[in-house]
Amino acid sequence: MELTDLHAIADAERAGRRPIQVRVCSAEGCLSSNSRAVRQRLEDATVRAGLEDRVQVCEVGCLRLCSEGPLVRVEPEGSLYQQVTPEQADSIIGTLTGGTTDARRGDPGGAFFARQHSIVLENCGVVEPERIESYLAAGGYQPLHHSLREMSPSEVVDSITRSGLRGRGGAGYPTGLKWATVAKMPPGQKFVVCNADEGDPGAFMDRSVLESDPHRVLEGMAIAAYAVGADRGYIYVRGEYKLAIRRLGIAIRQARALGLLGSGIFDSPFNFRIDLRIGAGAFVCGEETALMASIQGQRGIPCPRPPYPAQAGLWGHPTLLNNVETFANVPAIIRDGDAWFARLGTEGSKGTKVFALAGNVRHSGLVEVPMGMTVREIVEEIGGGAPDGRAIKAVQTGGPSGGCIPAEHLDTPIDYESLIRLGSIMGSGGMVVMDENVNMVGVARYFMEFCKDESCGKCIPCRAGTVQMHRLLERIGAGEGNRADLARLEGLCDVVKHTSLCGLGQAAPNPVLSTLRFFRHEYESRLRGDSPAPEESRSVNAARA
Amino acid sequence: MAVRTLQINDTLVSAREDQTILEAARDHGIKIPTLCHLEGLTDVGACRLCLVEVATVGGGAKLLPSCVSHVAEDMIVHTDTPRLGEYRRMIVELVMAERNHVCSVCVANNHCELQDMAVAMGVDHIRYDYLSPSCSVDLSHERYGIDHNRCILCTRCVRVCDEVEGAHTWDVAGRGTRSRVITDMNQPWGSSDTCTSCGKCVMACPTGALFLQGSSVSEMEHDRGTLAFLLNAREKKQWLV
Amino acid sequence: MARLRFATVWLGGCSGCHMSFLDLDEFLIELAERAEIVYSPIIDTKEYPDGVDVVLVEGAIANEENLAMIRKVRDRSRMLVAHGDCAVTGNVTALRNPLGRAATVLERSYLEDVDGVPGIPSEPGIVPVLLDRVMPIHAVVPVDVFIPGCPPSAAKIREAIEQLLDGRQVQLSGRDLKFG
Repeated sequence: MELTDLHAIADAERAGRRPIQVRVCSAEGCLSSNSRAVRQRLEDATVRAGLEDRVQVCEVGCLRLCSEGPLVRVEPEGSLYQQVTPEQADSIIGTLTGGTTDARRGDPGGAFFARQHSIVLENCGVVEPERIESYLAAGGYQPLHHSLREMSPSEVVDSITRSGLRGRGGAGYPTGLKWATVAKMPPGQKFVVCNADEGDPGAFMDRSVLESDPHRVLEGMAIAAYAVGADRGYIYVRGEYKLAIRRLGIAIRQARALGLLGSGIFDSPFNFRIDLRIGAGAFVCGEETALMASIQGQRGIPCPRPPYPAQAGLWGHPTLLNNVETFANVPAIIRDGDAWFARLGTEGSKGTKVFALAGNVRHSGLVEVPMGMTVREIVEEIGGGAPDGRAIKAVQTGGPSGGCIPAEHLDTPIDYESLIRLGSIMGSGGMVVMDENVNMVGVARYFMEFCKDESCGKCIPCRAGTVQMHRLLERIGAGEGNRADLARLEGLCDVVKHTSLCGLGQAAPNPVLSTLRFFRHEYESRLRGDSPAPEESRSVNAARA
Repeated sequence: MAVRTLQINDTLVSAREDQTILEAARDHGIKIPTLCHLEGLTDVGACRLCLVEVATVGGGAKLLPSCVSHVAEDMIVHTDTPRLGEYRRMIVELVMAERNHVCSVCVANNHCELQDMAVAMGVDHIRYDYLSPSCSVDLSHERYGIDHNRCILCTRCVRVCDEVEGAHTWDVAGRGTRSRVITDMNQPWGSSDTCTSCGKCVMACPTGALFLQGSSVSEMEHDRGTLAFLLNAREKKQWLV
Repeated sequence: MARLRFATVWLGGCSGCHMSFLDLDEFLIELAERAEIVYSPIIDTKEYPDGVDVVLVEGAIANEENLAMIRKVRDRSRMLVAHGDCAVTGNVTALRNPLGRAATVLERSYLEDVDGVPGIPSEPGIVPVLLDRVMPIHAVVPVDVFIPGCPPSAAKIREAIEQLLDGRQVQLSGRDLKFG
């Protein structure tokens, strides 16, 4: 495979395209509302109308406005149809010859789409995820070629460093620094691992990227492997993501067949093999040390760091571990340059962030916005605010490790540091909007139930502490708690946050701490005031042996 | 092997660079409480009792598990601050509330590391709800028994079986507070094909969870001496008692 | 100086803590000089009086009678001492908790595991109704002093009582804090 071959395939793909494309969303959300039947009926309708030569019905990835699925987009005219039923297929095709349709038209020029800025999702809903030719026609794998042929590994690392890209898995560790650490380890066996174990309730960014544009992630991983000197990679996908797994499998086979993965990529000495590893449903396996244990075939439980994966990861070898969205940014940075990327976003947080917008919001779905956009712009302009004119009470980010941003702080810009200052985190990109009717003690209880169920059981504070916190939240939520219970809850937040072994436990109290910080009155108003409750021990038996 | 100098509780101590803070402290007679640590086994940092405060550049202190954290030059360590004391006490209370630790009827009463730890932490009552889970007792092995009511999931049995005996009969199944140590494929201990009946798990257990059959209340004393002898013989080739 | 008004109460426990209390031997005489024992299973008073200075409570809260009693005791006493493991932790009395609710426990005891005629005893007003969960005292009312032990040794009880008689804060330490 040479660059000319790459161009030839892309040219052939573009030349074979029919003038009109009817793109049907085939990501999991729309599939679950019957988009496969819609696609079938659209194809039949095209044939019946005798338009096969002009019209191409194709399966694309996420068209983003997930709450309105199944979604169909007609290009180049740009029409968007929402909640399409199979019965509407004929009339939608009919519009191409001057007919009318009763299918609901969306507003592709509305704020939901217009305020977004696509880098990670630039091919999402455009390319056909199961056809590598489609990705190549969009310029795919050219950044990999450029890296291998025009750049040294250290130049690639430097470029990622200069871009200011930070880890999109949640913690925001500088990506270039991580790559440089792995690159600096002595030559030998090294690994690149993609964390696709997206598990936060309400989060579906990584799933959408994998279902919509799987080659982009493979390419990002290959560039990373070249930069750090790795020749093997794993994608650790959660088992629930059946479609993502299938499409990744197809993508890997296609890339191998074209020599874009495997031995001697682009006739260079660079070899890179990617294998899939399927998670069995444990949230904690998204924690990097647990994830690696799971890849090694062991029980997925975290172990203390250091050593960090960059020093001693899979089977003791240096391992670069990044999230799906992080890798998906890489080809664009190589293609358009780190300076371009570094101009996007804020001082400390460059580029864009993909969010899965959900909850009490009119338009829920997949959104990608430049860093620095305010939470209000995302939920009110892009999301259209809460339904039925209700007021927004809070926006939750970061899932069970994150916190709630109250309405009065909605003008906070989205960047890593601002969210941490508010007691939340960027997280992987779950964004759940809560309206005025939401009970915040219930929110905290919900996340704590999740954490207690997902605690791996290794360390005592997380294993036994989350259970106790959950009981206290249930008691307080039911109006049966007292002041001592609230004090006990706060004490447990402190001990679990500061003594747990891994990030899951350390972050488990965050939803409680954050709701206590901004909605303390909701806890206090539920406390039992009538009977004097058992106080904390008044005993002074605190002596030590 | 290079030597490092550090401060533990305002005392200057020296340690080999490959030593953990826990080893360095114990070499100098400074006690740090532990439950999952057992000399000779790989440390897992699970019980969190050995957390110590290590001064950071910014003037604060971070908590590090001393069993898996190595010494460093000029490190400033505090092992016994009021904050650590409160955390440790809470952790002990949490684990005592988690299962049915009824000392008065336990085979390991008066010979139990958890019981001793509660004493050492000044625990005079448990502030949290007793979870009172329904736990099984497996007496299918001809010589030993396991009472899950008393297990604290320290995984010493898992590690000693894997790392010293080499059988790996024990492992952990389940998640969170529903985790249980299991034998082989979660089958009765007596039906295990891999168990060599060496008894090292019983020797290693800190509580009354693993015991010799026939032990009555307070009769189960875990034979740490034999285990220490075996490990010493193996690691240091010293065979004399 | 007025003599301290002293009481002991026996809830859901085996009375072993009271046996240990009786093991105070000659100290009981000293105690009787310094304190007036106003209520106890070992004296003949039917109603728990008002204005008790110090009360040692043995046993866990296992039934409705225990529950009503501990609330009365708390209301009428200045220093409430959880005396022994059942009072402090639930201990043996709470061994039934893992089995489930009271009904499950009664069925197990009186229907499933019986040799004679199965039948759950029901004597309203005579046999107190079991609570679904046995609780240590501090789960129901505030407790001032905890004396763990099953039973606490006479020496430990004496140490605590002496501190109480002197008006000092009770400070148990070392093995005196041991459960079991």
